[in-house]
Amino acid sequence: MERTPGPAGLTGLAVRDAVVRYGATRRRPGSVAVDGVSLDVAAGEIVALLGPSGCGKSSLLRAVAGLEPLAGGSVAFDGEDLAGVPVHRRGFGLLFQDGQLFPHRDVGRNVAYGLEAQGVPRAERAARVAELLADVGLAGYAGRSVATLSGGEKQRVALARALAPRPRLLLLDEPLSALDRRLRERLAVDVRDTLKATGTTAVFVTHDHDEAFTVADRVAVMDAGRLLQVAAPDVLLRAPAGPRVAEFLGLAPGADELVRTDREQVGLRDEDGVGTTTG
Amino acid sequence: MDDHGRGLTPARARASARPGRWGAWLGWGAAVALPLGFLAVFFAWPVVSLVLQGFFRETAAGPALDLSGFAEVLSQDRTWRIVGQTLAQALAGTALAVLLGLPGAYVLYRCRFPGRTLVRGLVTVPFVLPSVVVGVAFRALFAPGGLLGWAHLEESFAGIVLALVFFNYAVVVRTVGGLWERLDPRAEQAARALGATPWRAFRTVTLPALGPAIASAAAVVFLFCATAFGVVLVLGGLRYGTIETEIWTRTTQFLDLRSAAVLSVLQLVVVTGALVVSSRARARRERALHLTSDRVSAHRLRWRSAADLLPALATLVVVAGLLVLPMAGLVTRSLRAPDGSWGLDNYVALGTTGGRNALSVTVWEALGNSLRTAAWAALVAVVVGGLVALVVSRRPRRAGLRRGVGVLDAVFMLPLGVSAVTVGFGFLITLDRPLGLDVDLRTSGALVPIAQAVVAIPLVVRTMLPVLRAIDPRLREAAATLGAAPGRVLRTVDGPLGARSLGLAIGFAFAVSLGEFGATAFLARPDTATLPVVVYRLIGRPGAENYGMALAASVVLALLTATVMMVAERLRGDRPGGEF
Repeated sequence: MERTPGPAGLTGLAVRDAVVRYGATRRRPGSVAVDGVSLDVAAGEIVALLGPSGCGKSSLLRAVAGLEPLAGGSVAFDGEDLAGVPVHRRGFGLLFQDGQLFPHRDVGRNVAYGLEAQGVPRAERAARVAELLADVGLAGYAGRSVATLSGGEKQRVALARALAPRPRLLLLDEPLSALDRRLRERLAVDVRDTLKATGTTAVFVTHDHDEAFTVADRVAVMDAGRLLQVAAPDVLLRAPAGPRVAEFLGLAPGADELVRTDREQVGLRDEDGVGTTTG
Repeated sequence: MDDHGRGLTPARARASARPGRWGAWLGWGAAVALPLGFLAVFFAWPVVSLVLQGFFRETAAGPALDLSGFAEVLSQDRTWRIVGQTLAQALAGTALAVLLGLPGAYVLYRCRFPGRTLVRGLVTVPFVLPSVVVGVAFRALFAPGGLLGWAHLEESFAGIVLALVFFNYAVVVRTVGGLWERLDPRAEQAARALGATPWRAFRTVTLPALGPAIASAAAVVFLFCATAFGVVLVLGGLRYGTIETEIWTRTTQFLDLRSAAVLSVLQLVVVTGALVVSSRARARRERALHLTSDRVSAHRLRWRSAADLLPALATLVVVAGLLVLPMAGLVTRSLRAPDGSWGLDNYVALGTTGGRNALSVTVWEALGNSLRTAAWAALVAVVVGGLVALVVSRRPRRAGLRRGVGVLDAVFMLPLGVSAVTVGFGFLITLDRPLGLDVDLRTSGALVPIAQAVVAIPLVVRTMLPVLRAIDPRLREAAATLGAAPGRVLRTVDGPLGARSLGLAIGFAFAVSLGEFGATAFLARPDTATLPVVVYRLIGRPGAENYGMALAASVVLALLTATVMMVAERLRGDRPGGEF
């Protein structure tokens, strides 16, 4: 097959009008989880996908990884359309909310998994595992059983495992949501530092705006399967594109801390209702 | 980007995407085709040929439809007496097994007490015991001079039902117990807090939740009881039989293949009904599982409370009286020499071919035959059953494929329902020229392990499937995003995690094959007789010497299967797997 050259100079991820449907059969169209989303992530950039649960952000992430088929639109990387490229050949890493460490392998062999698949020699593999474990603050853990790890340690191992094969894009699906608040805040900083240190391009899915602002260079706010606004954190806070975005960021014109909390709760209640307008 | 040193450029990735997809289709296609081919040749073809014997008659102009065989068989009083006995035995056996099994499930899965693991193991042993051994054990118990000789249960309806319950008690205890163990106790506690008595809370909250598991267990037990062969053949004498033993009698004694074929059709009708009920119940149970928690909730056995004391006593009586007594009786009786003295004479005689040369081989040689055929049978069953379990454990995205997977699952449960006698009988009439090839499989000795494998495959599938299904699909997704191709995912994720069930599956298949009697009895030649066949032959021959040898051989066979099963259970550890 010939390589189809993309637009010159285009690097990073390009999602165009992506549609993801669930439960579609010949007779029923199924429900739409992602409804025509377009998003660009430049090389080395970290973009957060921010939205309430059920807004389709995880579905979008899985479609980029190749785990869900696209019902419409396209996903390309470095100008190369990825339609028909199976998950294991995309060179994208994925970090699940609950880590999904292999229970039958110890910490070191979990981290080494992707390297084994690439056929990296044993000595080189061991060195890289040690280096990555040190990077995530778990030096010397290689021989430990994954069952003995705490929640935070598990996610650090999962991060090291995802980074080991040097993915050209790392997808993180609410990687910190299962952890308690203090750990989450600390790990969010660690994750950003690690991603920046390794120069990894990343899409970070979260429903927590503080976390999104901590980790990401740009934040994409998503609701009901559509993108509402994509901007740097300070732009987003200064000029939200509509009341929905402001609501979700916990912003209201001239609101003090108390009102802000109230609005947040109202916002959450709205999301349970039907027929929310997209801005 | 490429300074990261990635192995794959997108261009290469794209170019190699298509061959990879073809490989996947090819691999899954083979994984479906091999078991289906095996089932078609060694199950569907023999059974269908046999059934057609009942409908067609060979004439000069070729086969002609002829239903007179049906009219003839169905107009006989004997046929309806046998059908009535089959249903009555199966219904009584099922009702009693469920009634006794419920308290057993509660005590062994909802309470904690020292020695519980041992009792659970003990309860499981009868299920894998060869049916011939069970028949011999109960016969020794009921015979005049036996431990229960005073009850006059020899060749009686009650005697057969007791033996059936002995077999199937474990099915109820394990199926219901497995669900009960994981039932959230807070629902019952809520009912108690609302003022319900313990009995009322059990009746209105717990029992309905257990309903699907009870129905599923009852359907399986009914199936086993309705197709019981060896145990009825040994215990029923001339007065009691099932459709299964009748097929055997008409084939081997009267050489009446036609009416035997008609009876096989009748048997299929009964069994299909039970299978339909069973699959409905299983589907409901899989839905019911959502009501349960991952946590196992059990409390210490409270002897003071009637809610614990009564089930505990019931279980004690069943385990001691119904499970241990026959086995202990068998062992004791086997130590009694033909001259009435105590000693190992019967075991010494296992090196001979029996009084007046009742056998063509010594019992030890038969043991060798058994081990050899069972090993081959287990190998075939685990390969075929493992592939089926692997395919069925997948949830394809396309609805059509998903339905196909469901059909495959159901198709491979069929051998569980179709009687082993029918399979063995079908082998005899079809495999003299398999697929038109000029090799008579009937004399090659390969048929016995293959027939045993056919019988063991559903058990292998049911053992491995829940374990493979329990693997989180996201583990496979994680492996794929780390660059593992589908084959590598299978090898590094499904392989190691599924291997835990492999030990149990192999042990199960081996134990079942060791004790298989229905099909083997048809197919084994005198010089390749297996242990169960030898036991049956010995018990049918006159002479205290032969009877003593049958008892000793039964003990050896029982010890062997029980040991295999205990080792396999050990390999599994404490995690739930399998349905039996």
